[in-house]
Amino acid sequence: MRIQAENISVTVDKKKTLLREVGLEVLDSEIVGLIGPNGSGKSTLLKSIYRVLKPEVGLITLDGEDVYQLSTAESAQRMAVVRQESSVEFDFTVREMVYMGRAPHKKLFQADTEEDERICAESLELVGMGDQEQRSFFTLSGGEKQRVMIARALAQQASFLVLDEPTNHLDVRYQLQIMDLVKRLRMTVLAALHDLNVAAMYCDRLYVMDSGKIVASGRTEDVLTSAMIRDVFGVEAEVTIHPRTGKKLIVYFSEMDLVQAIGRQGAVGS
Amino acid sequence: MIGLVASITFAITLGSVPIESAKVWKIALWHIPFLGDGVQPDWTKAEHTIIWDIRFPRVLLAVIVGAGLSVVGVAIQALVRNSLADPYILGVSSGASVGATLVILFGAFSLFGQFALSMGAFLGSFVSVVLIFTLSRIGGQNSTVRLLMSGIAISAVLSAVTSIIIFSAPNEHGIRSVLFWMSGSLAGAKWDYLTIPTAVVLLTMLILIAQFRSLNAMLLGEESARTLGVDTVRFRRLLFLLTALLTGVVVAISGAIGFVGLMMPHIVRVLVGSDHRRVLPVSALVGAIFLVWADVIARLVFAPEELPIGIITALCGGPFFIWLMLRSSYSFGGSGK
Repeated sequence: MRIQAENISVTVDKKKTLLREVGLEVLDSEIVGLIGPNGSGKSTLLKSIYRVLKPEVGLITLDGEDVYQLSTAESAQRMAVVRQESSVEFDFTVREMVYMGRAPHKKLFQADTEEDERICAESLELVGMGDQEQRSFFTLSGGEKQRVMIARALAQQASFLVLDEPTNHLDVRYQLQIMDLVKRLRMTVLAALHDLNVAAMYCDRLYVMDSGKIVASGRTEDVLTSAMIRDVFGVEAEVTIHPRTGKKLIVYFSEMDLVQAIGRQGAVGS
Repeated sequence: MIGLVASITFAITLGSVPIESAKVWKIALWHIPFLGDGVQPDWTKAEHTIIWDIRFPRVLLAVIVGAGLSVVGVAIQALVRNSLADPYILGVSSGASVGATLVILFGAFSLFGQFALSMGAFLGSFVSVVLIFTLSRIGGQNSTVRLLMSGIAISAVLSAVTSIIIFSAPNEHGIRSVLFWMSGSLAGAKWDYLTIPTAVVLLTMLILIAQFRSLNAMLLGEESARTLGVDTVRFRRLLFLLTALLTGVVVAISGAIGFVGLMMPHIVRVLVGSDHRRVLPVSALVGAIFLVWADVIARLVFAPEELPIGIITALCGGPFFIWLMLRSSYSFGGSGK
């Protein structure tokens, strides 16, 4: 699956421009990260790709087909979305939740088949929730909920996975668990991520957004630099390569750290 | 299902004239072509009239209205994704009240003869539905909140109109009839009245059950439903029209019976969970049984005087609802624990 977005612009209420001529591309089996400060347009861009917010201008294609020309069921067969832990107001069991992923494949009056059963069971198995089918979704922890959401996306059997800040509000252990899981699936993935170290560990390529535009893009190790973090996020940081992972590691400095560091340098100098 | 058949039978036997339950089914069977040929009539003419012409249509009307209101309640809670929604939240009943009040107090729509009250109520609800739907679509963004807001606004205006009509009413007796109608009643049920509501209730249920996957997805929110392949704009329109039509038809024939459409979906979710594949049929069944018994109470408690059934549903429903809330861990669609 290959995803292309060209020249996307989104404006709300005819005044506020959320996205300005944005474009990106995700190649087959790539994990591409979308990073940027709050309000930079990451979610807006993802929403216009997963068809919740139609852009005024621009073209989004899945394997060359315009997504907005597909029916909602057709696009749901090709593209699955895991959003920030959805707030579910009515209780469902884990099993019912995952079965919803089969909806785009079903016709009116069509009953669930053995194949649906197998696909759902396998999806739950893959996220390590195989023995929790009957649990109520309400009673799950944040990490478990997100794993069920990923199982639902798997049950959709789409080859393109969109993740909208999937590890927000999760403890570090669950963050890693979820992202490891995504990596193992070997799907084509576009993920908005707020944690730059998570992006560094898991993404093949990154797009950096700021004020509704893409301001940098490229291979993860090339994009993540202290200069970019200073320019886009307004934070001082040191970017090194961790000796054990071989991946980029970002350490942020608070302004107090910087003041003290300057103070110490001053003391040493005198 | 057995519970429903038993309830129907019992409800028919109860009344000022006692009747054996065997006779109920013998008479029913006798009316079915071919099957009824073997039945020997052993009942009096009076018994036949009471059972077949008076009690049967009335109890069946309770079944249809109870099932219909419960199903609308389920659908509307999915539509607005709010567990406090009931069939009247979109203003259908306030429109019906205007129509019904005009008929009762001023004899409007007399060209429809015995159907004047039902037609008046239905036309009233139809007008309010069209108003609300048009209003919620102005400005393009046809969101759930706009739909709710339009419903509340139109309801308020139409309730005021009803009050104006009542204040300018020519006689006291009429006002009593209006109040009776507004609390809902199944009195005066006839076989002729049953055809259209039965067809509408069955058709709506069939369409909704066919869409159970989309209904489930709607409970997760509109954006999630969309990513699961539901064309939410079209689906919401369909839901709105179906619920409005069904509510309109039910209100037209029985007045605005409260609490059933709000309560049944919750009770059923406690029993079977949120999956609409089960919630819809079970709600219809439980709602039907509940209303059959509510009507029995309405008929018998102050016999020969009759209470509006809406009073019974609220009197039984309220405390039961509170008990349910206190004892179970059910969250009424709140955000979990």
